[in-house]
Amino acid sequence: MTEQMTGAQALVRALEHVGVDTVFGIPGGAILPAYDPLYDSAKVRHVLVRHEQGAGHAAQGYAQATGKVGVCMATSGPGATNLVTPIADAYMDSVPIVAITGQVASGSIGTDAFQEADISGITMPITKHNFLVTDPADIARTIAEAFHIASTGRPGPVLVDISKDALTATTEFQWPPVMQLPGYRPVTRPHSKQIREAAKLIVEARRPVLYVGGGVHKAGAAPELREFAEMTGIPVVTTLMARGTFPDSHRQHLGMPGMHGSVPAVGALQRSDLIIGLGVRFDDRVTGELSTFAPHARVVHADIDPAEISKNRHADVPIVGDCKEVIAELIAAVGKEDRRGDYAEWWTQLDAYRTTYPLGYETFEDGSLAPQYVMERLGALVGPDAIYTAGVGQHQMWAAQFIGYENPGTFINSGGAGTMGFSVPAAMGAKMGRPDAVVWAIDGDGCFQMTNQELATCTIEGVPIKVAVINNGNLGMVRQWQTLFYNERYSNTNLQTVRRIPDFVKLAEAYGCVGLRCERPEDVDEVIGKAMEINDVPVVIDFVVHQDAMVWPMVAAGTSNDDIRFARDMAPVWDGEDQV
Amino acid sequence: MSRHTLSVLVENKPGVLARVAALFSRRGFNIDSLAVGPTEHEDISRMTIVVNVEELPLEQVTKQLNKLVNVLKIVELDPAQAVQRELTLIKVRADAETRSSVLELVNLFRARCVDVAPDAVTIEVTGTPDKLQAFVRLLEPFGVKELVQSGMVAIGRGARSITDRSLRALDRTA
Repeated sequence: MTEQMTGAQALVRALEHVGVDTVFGIPGGAILPAYDPLYDSAKVRHVLVRHEQGAGHAAQGYAQATGKVGVCMATSGPGATNLVTPIADAYMDSVPIVAITGQVASGSIGTDAFQEADISGITMPITKHNFLVTDPADIARTIAEAFHIASTGRPGPVLVDISKDALTATTEFQWPPVMQLPGYRPVTRPHSKQIREAAKLIVEARRPVLYVGGGVHKAGAAPELREFAEMTGIPVVTTLMARGTFPDSHRQHLGMPGMHGSVPAVGALQRSDLIIGLGVRFDDRVTGELSTFAPHARVVHADIDPAEISKNRHADVPIVGDCKEVIAELIAAVGKEDRRGDYAEWWTQLDAYRTTYPLGYETFEDGSLAPQYVMERLGALVGPDAIYTAGVGQHQMWAAQFIGYENPGTFINSGGAGTMGFSVPAAMGAKMGRPDAVVWAIDGDGCFQMTNQELATCTIEGVPIKVAVINNGNLGMVRQWQTLFYNERYSNTNLQTVRRIPDFVKLAEAYGCVGLRCERPEDVDEVIGKAMEINDVPVVIDFVVHQDAMVWPMVAAGTSNDDIRFARDMAPVWDGEDQV
Repeated sequence: MSRHTLSVLVENKPGVLARVAALFSRRGFNIDSLAVGPTEHEDISRMTIVVNVEELPLEQVTKQLNKLVNVLKIVELDPAQAVQRELTLIKVRADAETRSSVLELVNLFRARCVDVAPDAVTIEVTGTPDKLQAFVRLLEPFGVKELVQSGMVAIGRGARSITDRSLRALDRTA
């Protein structure tokens, strides 16, 4: 089918054809031609956000809640540069989004024209790929290519920058276009020899661990993972990006590894003789000081991105492939082995860790609220069917530790990039992608002040998210480091939000939301209950918590996982040291 | 550290050189030499990149390069199994007294004189980096006024071509 239309119409038509139903964005000069046909689209709903960063994070939340590609749109120059943070965030966490930006007319590119920024140059190192389109005939094909690249292989952000004259000129629209990506061939099928090799190591191992990352959920491989774990009896740890991919309530689940991981999870990795890494990247927040990470372990590393394998830790058995196929083939290969691994002794050791070093926290004698308690109650009352989002910092870690996740993709947060302000717009995007789901944004008072303007969007667009602000009046995680490593010199971390500047309840009300406050442990259940009853507008709860609450366990930056502390100056006593 | 010669086939599109160069600099690699040009296929350009790097980081940068959507193929050329050439243009001081000595060196190195002035000659020479270095060293006593050198280009010996399969990939999408 061929039809005459403008580049802008071709863009909107292409978005419709690739199945876009929601676009988050803000119009401006260079992208203006695209907003005209967008106004008429019956299939694409454009959500007018209040800041482009909000548009980007909303697209990320939408993508992670639905498994589809999230879309954000902005104009040239500052509109586009405001998308840089969410694009970088999506790149670090492999979130499929397509960012569409307007560019000045092609004849003006390079002249420092009004609102000109070289956004394709700027985003080159933080996108999976990007395009600068100056010919209207290329628009439809480029959109098809952008969505294909964003969603296949290792997912990631793709930016399409379109010059204003390409949007206004007339072109022939043809669908489907022929994609021209000769250099793009992601490998999804694992090599059978490597699978057999991995199966052999698995049955031979005495202390194996399944180290599960975001790639498993992205591949939709949670069911395969569960089958594989139960078939082999191997303990499981789930990274920050994989919370929920394996049920927290499962007997074989040891919790989250890493800087703020559980003692059993960290201890298991350190003492293991075989790590089966699935969709992980041996990030520094998991390994601690790399040279002392899991010193006795052989490594099977499966990932869809060949560049991740042996990047940080040498893989004895490298497997390049999609985790769904990899795990399915591992199940078959282990099934063919004539014996099963014997991990009984290993489990005795791990169970002892679990009994001795459960997650815990400090309560305060002055009757003030412990943030961890808020998380526990939230998890208990709201339950595992909701979607939780978080930004970065203490609130994020407590949300990862103290809420029980049972379903894949129910914890959406800023992992690799650690972006403040992620939570609220991501929750908005998640709720728009999954309107039937209950969505809770867990946020810190620092993070919340970076992007709370999207509450206006939520109220106006009818997106009733719930926000739990863990308000300790400080940039809490930074303060924690100052407590531990900078002699309690609290340089520029006190936000004084406990003085109610701003007053989050009034702020919520100003945005047309319901604002609630909770300051005592005995009120937590009631306030959460009240929030759960409100489903027509967004709700913000200001949980005023004690400023000295800290995230434990902790592996201090740059130190070995062996030096984990489960509370301040409290190191676990590892038993069975001599057997490894 | 050791020298490695990478032949990188890329789509002939704007911005590809910037992507490749940026990737090297971001990962902390210094490019010793870089040459880009067209190939026998109009849609494919070929880069010859010489880097001084250990084996493991080279593997990592090759994998990262492979992830660039516009990169079609990467081959590391073994110097023993490849022809490697650089081109140098040198302007050397040469008057009536010294000109014949300079021209003698030109002949010895199978170089060519491409311009003559009363007090200088400009010489074109191609060869391996070693040969060019030796040539320049011998010219230095005469006074090298200006020197410009191309990046190295290299091609594998024998009948096999590294572009064949990439061409087929291009044909499939065309």
